[in-house]
Amino acid sequence: MPILHTVNKSPFEKSTFKSCLDHARPGDAVLLIEDGVYAATKGTAAAGLIAARNGDLALYALGADLAARGISEKSVIEGISVVDYGGFVDLVAEHDVSQAWL
Amino acid sequence: MTTQEELPGASGTKRFLYVNRRAPYGTIYALESLEVVLIGAAFDQDVSLAFFDDGVYQIVKGQDTKGIGMKNFSPTYRALGDYEVTKLYVEKEALEERGLSPDDLMDITYEDEDDDWAEKPSIRIVSRSEMTEIMAAQDVILSF
Repeated sequence: MPILHTVNKSPFEKSTFKSCLDHARPGDAVLLIEDGVYAATKGTAAAGLIAARNGDLALYALGADLAARGISEKSVIEGISVVDYGGFVDLVAEHDVSQAWL
Repeated sequence: MTTQEELPGASGTKRFLYVNRRAPYGTIYALESLEVVLIGAAFDQDVSLAFFDDGVYQIVKGQDTKGIGMKNFSPTYRALGDYEVTKLYVEKEALEERGLSPDDLMDITYEDEDDDWAEKPSIRIVSRSEMTEIMAAQDVILSF
C-alpha cells in the first residue's frame, strides 16, 4: 500500500529528506513542501539524492512554495511534478497513509 | 564595565556582523534578522551582513509569496543601503552547493556618499575561507 510522504525541511540544513528517501518504498509518493522544495532544484549538492530514486518514487513539489522562494518551474528537476494546494489534497485523498517528515 | 570607547558613536564604533544561515519563510529567523539589522542601523555602527548555508536563499531574486499567504520581505534587503548597511558578504561555496550563481541574487546597491553618490553593489561574493576571516575581524557577531 503506497504511502504519501511530505518533507518540509531543506536538504542542506537537515537530513530529513535523505531519511525519507531511505525509508520510502518503490511506488510511494514524496511531496516536497515549504523549505523541502529546495531539494527539487536542479544542479544542487542534493540533486543526487533525487536522481537515485527518480523513477521508482512519484515525486511532487508544491508550486506556491517554489514561487515564494524564487524557484522557477524550469529549474525544477525533470520527473518532479509541480502541484497546487488542490493537488496536495488529491494526493492525501489518494493515499491511505500520510507520513509527515518534520 | 562601560568605558567611553564602548559607547556607540564614541571614539570607536564597533564592527557588527549579522550571520544569516536560514532560508526565508520556512522559519522566522530570516525576517527576525532583517528586523534586528534595521533596528540596529539606528546606532551608527560598522555593520556587515553574512549570508551562507541556506541563508543565501534569503536574497534570491524572483520571490513571490502570494500563494503561501506570507509577506514577501525580500524587497527590504534592497532598502538596506538607505540605512547605511552596505556590506553584504555572500559565500561562493554556499551558492554553488545550491546550484546558484551571483546572477540569481537580487540587485542590492547603495549610493556611496564619498564618491558623488555613485550607485555601487552591496553584495560581495567571498570564498568560505574569506568568510572565516570576516567573522574573525568582528567585535560582535549576531547569529540567526
